[in-house]
Amino acid sequence: MANPEPTKQRCGLVAIDGAMALIVILLVVQIWLLSATLEAFLAGHSGPVIPAAIFSGLLFMAALTLNIFVNRIDHSSRRP
Amino acid sequence: MNWFGRASSEPLWKEEFSVHAADERYVTRRQLTKFLVLTSLGMFVGNLWILIRSIFQRQPVFPERPIAQVDEIPIGGVKLFTYPSKEDHCILVRTAESQYVAYSQKCTHLSCAVYYSQENNRLECPCHQGFFSIKDGSVLQGPPPRPLPQIVLEREGGKLIATGVKVSGNG
Repeated sequence: MANPEPTKQRCGLVAIDGAMALIVILLVVQIWLLSATLEAFLAGHSGPVIPAAIFSGLLFMAALTLNIFVNRIDHSSRRP
Repeated sequence: MNWFGRASSEPLWKEEFSVHAADERYVTRRQLTKFLVLTSLGMFVGNLWILIRSIFQRQPVFPERPIAQVDEIPIGGVKLFTYPSKEDHCILVRTAESQYVAYSQKCTHLSCAVYYSQENNRLECPCHQGFFSIKDGSVLQGPPPRPLPQIVLEREGGKLIATGVKVSGNG
């Protein structure tokens, strides 16, 4: 296996770190959303349940897209 | 489509155990990213679970049960009872000559038993100083996030009948 040039590797690592930071932010929003929805549901309000589920799904899709992005960067940076 | 899998034809051991030390940083980052995305999936499943629970939630049926005689307690006095089940402790307060209110005795913060403070005319939780209005059970002060569930009362002759539980949000 050939060792790719360091500059390319560094750029790849920065991109992956950025994507990971974005995923962490999305995850924090999702955790807040879940706790707020649960709180509302237990209080007898089912109004925010559907929008919360849709929004949580969108956040998950965004995290999944970022994961695919990380995989692609990983492969392109580590291979010549 | 290969969502989480490897895009190359290299065996897994070569992907996960890099020959080059520099590549190891990629592997750890990729694994952490995968873990974060799976956690995100867990949050989404949690939201879906709440959605399914809310769709299939049945409206509770409350029994009608006499809880006190009209003149059983003096003005400003209280009576403790259980409703709708024997585990649900409630408090009945006579606020005026012909005015009665009843609430769940369980504080909405951490489930301590609330009591009626006649001098302040409010329900108080002794654990964390959460105060509730005697008029509607709304939170006046303290950490409770929600009002106290109110017991719906009806008067039949000389009896006070509990007919349901009204749960309301704050604000």
